[in-house]
Amino acid sequence: MTISRRNFLKVAGAAGGALLAGGRKPAQAATAPEADPKGMEFYGMLIDTTKCIGCRSCEEACNEKNGLPRPEVSFSSESVFEKKRDTTPEAFTVLNKYPNPKDPDKPIFVRKQCMHCNQPACATACLVKALEKTPEGPVKYNKDRCMGCRYCMVSCPFDAPKYEYNSALPYLKKCVFCFDRVKNGEQPACVDACPEGASFFGKRRELIEIARQRIYQNPDKYHPYIYGEHEAGGTSMLFLSSVPVEKLDFRMNVGSTPYPEKTTGFLYAVPHIFILWPTLLYGLNYLTHNNDKETGHGEK
Amino acid sequence: MEKNNAVAFPHAKSPTGADTVKGFIRFLLGELKPKGKILTPFNVISGWIILGGLILIVIRFAYGLGSITNLSQEYPWGIWIGFDVVTGVAFAGGAYTLCFVVHILNFKKYEPILRATVLNGFLAYCFYAGALLLDLGRPWNVINPIIGNAFGYSSVLFLVAWHFLLYTICQFVEIFPAVTEWLYWPKIRKYAKLCTTGAVIFGITLSTLHQSGLGALFMMASNKIHPLWYSGNIPILFFVSSVFAGLSMVIAESSLSHRIFRDQIDPRHHASFDDILLGMAKGALGALFAYFFLKVIDFVHGSHWALIDTPMGYWYLVEIVGGIVLPIILFTIAILKNNVRLVQISAFITALGVILNRLNVSVIAFKWYSANRYYPSWAEVWVTAAVICMEIWAFRWIVSRMPIMNAHPAFPEVEKTHPKETEVLQWKVSAS
Repeated sequence: MTISRRNFLKVAGAAGGALLAGGRKPAQAATAPEADPKGMEFYGMLIDTTKCIGCRSCEEACNEKNGLPRPEVSFSSESVFEKKRDTTPEAFTVLNKYPNPKDPDKPIFVRKQCMHCNQPACATACLVKALEKTPEGPVKYNKDRCMGCRYCMVSCPFDAPKYEYNSALPYLKKCVFCFDRVKNGEQPACVDACPEGASFFGKRRELIEIARQRIYQNPDKYHPYIYGEHEAGGTSMLFLSSVPVEKLDFRMNVGSTPYPEKTTGFLYAVPHIFILWPTLLYGLNYLTHNNDKETGHGEK
Repeated sequence: MEKNNAVAFPHAKSPTGADTVKGFIRFLLGELKPKGKILTPFNVISGWIILGGLILIVIRFAYGLGSITNLSQEYPWGIWIGFDVVTGVAFAGGAYTLCFVVHILNFKKYEPILRATVLNGFLAYCFYAGALLLDLGRPWNVINPIIGNAFGYSSVLFLVAWHFLLYTICQFVEIFPAVTEWLYWPKIRKYAKLCTTGAVIFGITLSTLHQSGLGALFMMASNKIHPLWYSGNIPILFFVSSVFAGLSMVIAESSLSHRIFRDQIDPRHHASFDDILLGMAKGALGALFAYFFLKVIDFVHGSHWALIDTPMGYWYLVEIVGGIVLPIILFTIAILKNNVRLVQISAFITALGVILNRLNVSVIAFKWYSANRYYPSWAEVWVTAAVICMEIWAFRWIVSRMPIMNAHPAFPEVEKTHPKETEVLQWKVSAS
């Protein structure tokens, strides 16, 4: 077979392109992929805190959907807002109240739950793939695989996973974005329950467009920042607010690097060490043990 | 030399009788009985601690981790991970360091303490890394990453788990000749010895990776660990510090063993023991120096000057000055003056510094900003003490039965020797 110039260029171009694409992978990852490698777009949730009235319908819907124990304080009570709450193994989403500097009569309510990162730290940390990012977007939990090491809790930049410490047969507990519903194209229970449209479900890419549009069209109403667009490489949960997000206890030290990249450097070095160390050690061993023959010092 | 071999492996009946299955079981049952006085102060106290620890472990498995530990949603890892596993494994670093010196670099001088060190390393992995099972919510699922239920190979913990398992096997292979001598299995011993070099090379490689891997675990918690302790170089820092952590532990452990098991040790080895300790002190000093400079580079790169003048900054200085600079000075003086006592003291301080460092990274500087700080519960401390006592019991049981501190009378080392080394080797030959 003769190689024509044209064919050669084709092959060379394809090979070069592949090389370039391979080399650029980390850069692509850093700009937060909107989609699963299979090409499916991630779903997300836009939480517009300016619309939230603090009715706690989302908390109640979540409680019912996940079959969690009923809390002692009823969902219609506002007494829970007296102190800041975190999610627990019995409550996968909680609302917290913050004063509104723009309008003291209208406090700001912020939802807290798993952020469903595009490249989750928990799923990277999990050594049995009990936590998995699904092509649809939710980070789901395969409880039968979990050994309970809680490395996901150490790794999660948002401290989303919670553990059942008081159970002899404990599981990890967190929001799974109503995976069974999302899988079938339905929206999560909390979004279904929201009377104000403060929680809004859709394709993540489209939600970012909507969020930007709201900021452009109402520059006085919104603080121009979408929390979750870039945090930890991008999350499925996206937040809009009227005040700077750092005043609403959002974590600002998360950074925009996807969490898997924090340990890839180390993990990529592993095969190198596995090849180089034994070679070096065997070589040293050989040199130090076969001296006798060469120098004639041995007893033989 | 060949004649000697023939004497070493007589074709007579095995003195232990462990060459048949029946005889093996009878021998094992006989060896299980305690030797020596039972009601010593140490036995009474450690027995009490172990008994209490076992009760606490039963409570933990019956009612969950929350029943006896202070672990919380904010602090998923306490001292069972931070001390038992992370610190325990660092202290077990002496085994791969000494294996490197003796088997790879061929420094026969350290051979008299090698078996005890490897045994200690092996037991450390069995007990301290084994204590990990207490901390797992569902320990029976610990086999999942091994049997390939779902390989989470993106996880550093996956690497660490595999390496723990493989390295424990390597250490068993390294110590196995002693087991064959105890059972009097000369043929199996011959083949076991052939595996040693391979196990050592593989073991050092595994150690390099999981000692550093234990540090790499915490790179995922970049926004939770105080910037003075968090660094992209944690893996290298953990690896380098495991060298002096291991050596200081070997100095401390062998000094103690030398007193406790005095009657088992050949007098000639007593004479060379000071020399061995001083040699290890030099190794530890070198590693400490390297570690200190790595820490300095890390600190300068991080531009953390402003953080020094904070409570966490003072605590950082305690670790650096007390755990690195002070041991460097003391080891230097000890080596210059050939002062073995001071070597032992320096090793003790170095070990404390390592404990401080590992606890800082895993527990103390972890979420230093939190309002609800973690403190270990008394039960967590008790169980940790029980695990340590169990390890000592296992170590003592093995040392008083197998040829760990001395060479087995029937199996003198008859390797080819360098004339210079005959002096060192005499301790072994004399035992025959």
